[in-house]
Amino acid sequence: MAYLSKSPWILHYDASSCNGCDIEILACLTPRYDVERFGIINTGNPKHADILVITGGVNEQNRSVIQNLYDQMPHPKVVVGVGICACTGGIFKECYNIAGGVGEILPVDVWVPGCAARPEQIIDGIVKALGILEQKRADMSRAEAGA
Amino acid sequence: MNTILTAIAFLILAPVIGVLVTGVDRIITARMQGRVGPPVLQPFLDIAKLFEKERVGVWQAPAVLIFLHLAFMVVTGLIFFGGGDLLLAIFALTLSEVFLVLAAYSTRSPYAHVGAGRELIQLIAVEPVIILTAVGFYEVTGSFAASDIMNFSGLPVILLPGIFISVVCILTFKLRKSPFDLSTSHHAHQELVKGVMTEFSGSTLGMVEIAHLYEIVILLGLVYLFFVGNPILGVLAIIIVYFLEMLADNSTSRVKWLPALRGAWIITLILGGGNIIALSLL
Repeated sequence: MAYLSKSPWILHYDASSCNGCDIEILACLTPRYDVERFGIINTGNPKHADILVITGGVNEQNRSVIQNLYDQMPHPKVVVGVGICACTGGIFKECYNIAGGVGEILPVDVWVPGCAARPEQIIDGIVKALGILEQKRADMSRAEAGA
Repeated sequence: MNTILTAIAFLILAPVIGVLVTGVDRIITARMQGRVGPPVLQPFLDIAKLFEKERVGVWQAPAVLIFLHLAFMVVTGLIFFGGGDLLLAIFALTLSEVFLVLAAYSTRSPYAHVGAGRELIQLIAVEPVIILTAVGFYEVTGSFAASDIMNFSGLPVILLPGIFISVVCILTFKLRKSPFDLSTSHHAHQELVKGVMTEFSGSTLGMVEIAHLYEIVILLGLVYLFFVGNPILGVLAIIIVYFLEMLADNSTSRVKWLPALRGAWIITLILGGGNIIALSLL
């Protein structure tokens, strides 16, 4: 049934972010926003995570790390890019070591622009991602039933 | 007949009670931190979700071992609440823990291996107290059978105060709460990732969580045993002890493994051992 969207566990990865968006994500966990009300937990473990939240433009060194983290997450899973750097590379786009946005290497489901993205926006993005997560789970169980 | 009924009641009700206890735990923890906290049934939602997820694993061994971990946890509860031998229940509990450690070792992840090593150290720290508890109950009631202890009319805690305090200290290890959450990284996720549970995902992790629900009920049953003559006092004791565990959980950070081991053994020797010696002298 629909338990997945009631207990989304988040894996947060900082792909060369300036720490601006990271502290906004952590602000979501604090008493003011308290996303644990919705069952959201910040895990450090890709094997337990449902949502991969990435901040910052991807650089050439952590390209393989992000791919690896994504591959280790069990299906169904969604990716949320937080901040303008994660979306396009932002002001670092032209740097020689920056690959660009997260979209360069992963299929991103939700974009949360902003510099830095506000906690309200991030929560909105996660909630939007939950709908996509639920859709993916339905597709997965349909594929299993068909197979 | 009565004991069979309690055993069946344990089998069905333990996960429900476990979910409620952990759910209230999470809410009170959140309130202590100035937050609102998740709904009471959040632990149930988490477990239900885990069974919806894909199980990632290179091979089957960890899942089988985790199933044995859950199975022996249930067996422990059936022996304990079915009025069986207290020592047998303790050995079944240890066997269950050993299966969890074996499962973590079989995953070949360095994080899981560190967690498994620490879990073994915790087992070594905790085991003497639990065996002394059984010995203490034997000294007081003259029997190792849980049914005889449950029919005891007095309050064992009056004769076993030292052992009771050491059991309360040991519960922090067993409930995987700070400062003794060395093996699972209960709050500080990034240091050890998730210790023994690092490599488990989907339904395998769900089985670990269910086993933990059973474990909580068994441990709270052990606390109740100290107040067996007076049910109201027993329930009150369980609530107070669990609240103290939550308070310790939220007000302490993790200790290293050596102080944890030393602390547990010093408490065991002085309070537990002293209590047993005093009992035998009486």
